[in-house]
Amino acid sequence: MQEVRGSSPLSSTTLFSIFFADACLRVAVLILNLSLGPHACKLAPPMETSQRDEQFYRSMVRMRAVETELLALSSAGQLRGSLHLAQGQEALPAGAGAALRKDDYVTATYRGHGYVLAKGGPLLPIIAEILGKAAGLGGGKGGKMHLFDLEYGILGTNGIVGAAVGTAAGAAWAAQLQKTDRVALTVCGDGALNQGHVSECMNMAVLYQLPLIILCENNLYSEMTPLSRSHGDVNLAGRAAGFGLNTAQIDGNDPEAVYQVMSEAVNRARTGGGPTFIEAATYRTIGHYQADSGIGYRTAEEVEAWRAKSPLDHWAAKLGKRAPAIAAEEQAAVRAVFEEAWALPGPDPLAAGTQVFA
Amino acid sequence: MPTQELSYRDALRMALVEEIDRDQNVFVMGEDIGRYQGTFRVTEGLFQKYNVEQNDWRIIDTPIVEPGFTGIAIGAAMTGLRPVVEMMTMSFSILALDQIINHAAKIHYMTGGQSTVPMVIRGPGGAAKQLSAQHSHSLEGWYAHCPGLKVVAPATPQDAYSMFKQAVRDDNPVIFTENPGLYTIKGEVTTGPDVLQPFGKAQVLREGKDLSLVAYSRMVHVCLEVADRLAEEGISAEVVDVRSLLPLDTETIYQSVRKTNRAIVVYEDWKSGGFGAEIASRISEDCFDDLDAPVGRVGGLNVPMPYSRVLELECIPNADDVMAAVRKLG
Ligand SMILES: Cc1ncc(C[n+]2csc(CCOP(=O)(O)OP(=O)(O)O)c2C)c(N)n1
Ligand SMILES: [Mg+2]
Repeated sequence: MQEVRGSSPLSSTTLFSIFFADACLRVAVLILNLSLGPHACKLAPPMETSQRDEQFYRSMVRMRAVETELLALSSAGQLRGSLHLAQGQEALPAGAGAALRKDDYVTATYRGHGYVLAKGGPLLPIIAEILGKAAGLGGGKGGKMHLFDLEYGILGTNGIVGAAVGTAAGAAWAAQLQKTDRVALTVCGDGALNQGHVSECMNMAVLYQLPLIILCENNLYSEMTPLSRSHGDVNLAGRAAGFGLNTAQIDGNDPEAVYQVMSEAVNRARTGGGPTFIEAATYRTIGHYQADSGIGYRTAEEVEAWRAKSPLDHWAAKLGKRAPAIAAEEQAAVRAVFEEAWALPGPDPLAAGTQVFA
Repeated sequence: MPTQELSYRDALRMALVEEIDRDQNVFVMGEDIGRYQGTFRVTEGLFQKYNVEQNDWRIIDTPIVEPGFTGIAIGAAMTGLRPVVEMMTMSFSILALDQIINHAAKIHYMTGGQSTVPMVIRGPGGAAKQLSAQHSHSLEGWYAHCPGLKVVAPATPQDAYSMFKQAVRDDNPVIFTENPGLYTIKGEVTTGPDVLQPFGKAQVLREGKDLSLVAYSRMVHVCLEVADRLAEEGISAEVVDVRSLLPLDTETIYQSVRKTNRAIVVYEDWKSGGFGAEIASRISEDCFDDLDAPVGRVGGLNVPMPYSRVLELECIPNADDVMAAVRKLG
């Protein structure tokens, strides 16, 4: 009879040498990354502050214009299904998008269309997808919550809370193995942080030192539930630090602050410095989705106080006289795209049965 | 016994309230079910009624952690409570599959009958309008595949009421699926403390002699519409509402088929491998000699639910699809 219990196929010396080899490899990778230094990789070209101010404003105004159009369609019953708007949170995509290269990866939530816009891809296919048209990014199959644009590294907005983190971590893993210096950004909500999947990925991101950035949009609510009623400990960055990630806590309504901390995190990720978790304080000044008024579970004072912190208004004030013309230009461009997209044909019904398999 | 007209949603809520009042061990947990009163409003008013007015904390808002709160419900059920777990949509129960299938479904068996897991997992299952690929699943067939779970899919306000009460009192984990298209339908409901609908009993909702339309949940209503259309042509269709998938009342289905000699099974789930395939196969196996034609099947298109409305409509079975299947029977 063979003794099965207690006998490991690996002796302790073998185990030790595996750990030792692994440790050596890690140190070697680290040294390699350090010696390559920042010069070896293409970092985002530095932008002048004044240039950035205008870029942020354009980005935020464009996003708001898109949302205004969508809200009007939804209210008129011309756009069905859940519509999750991000009014008040525009600084995050604006700042984060500016810190990324076209070939970096992004995953985000059902509220993540702003990141898709800010990644720089053309507007028409994005809007066409949201309107369910054949010319949309996914041929009308994905929809509002499932925007994918592989050419711009968009690996999906996502309908499942927390689920997009794994995809981004996987893309970061691939970037590392393929020895490119691409990084992956994933955007999640405060509520998503409770999902086990997010914790699993944070651990692996540290374990494998993935070039991953988790940008947590802490808008104080998950749907209608406040942070204090869903999190035993509301220190979200602290949670990430517990896993060993680099962390930062920022004002998520300041696009410049978002850009700065994102740039740091991106550069760290590109140069082998591992994953970063950014907790960005923000607030959606509109309901969770089209069927939510946004009040009832929040006081009017709270909403008003955050409206007063609207990044869009602040940046308009900052740009002063230049702002109205920029806003008008962006709004007109968005309007034109909506008109064009609205007139596009819907998908051929038979397309429903195609593309299930590659 | 009192009768009143109720919507499917109100019937469910009434049953839930009566069960909470009847049994101190019943409690409800889920995402935004308390203070916000539920995304589909099934738990409307409950937080106020129990937690606030009676200081009886039985309506529990959870974080967004389907595996976590399902696990907690299982443990609580094993130790004396009767949890009613709301999945905001049944699609999200996919995250909790390990807890449901590896644990809830098997504990009674693995413990040699020592332990029971009396809990209900309920929520909207199936397509709403344009909720797209990740929010439109019909999972009842997956669950009905698993021994140890009971799986029900009521189609009428009466059954929403009496099957829900039954579900809470059942000593097994019950998957209780509500098609989102049903919440607003209305019907006469007989109510009362002991108005219970035992599981494993199908019902004939409309008698006929030429063919049997066999369905559950919202597709029952599609079949009733088809029966109306066929009646205009002088064809008499019988509609069998399966309502309980596990346990399954094959006898009522077979009786119908023995009378009509023709059957079509209609279900919203993916056609391939869905629960309708199981029903069709049982009929073929056990009523072969009674059949004048092969058993027909109408099911959802085997694709992830697309977003665009024109595409979505291609995927969900409708009365025209069932009519086409009737024509095919000859
Ligand atoms: C697994 C899962 N459970 C529940 C939902 C329903 N749902 C959609 S958004 C949301 C709240 C998420 O909150 P948070 O992560 O804070 O992001 P926010 O919406 O505030 O941006 C919930 C519960 C879902 N989409 N997926
Ligand atoms: Mg949130």
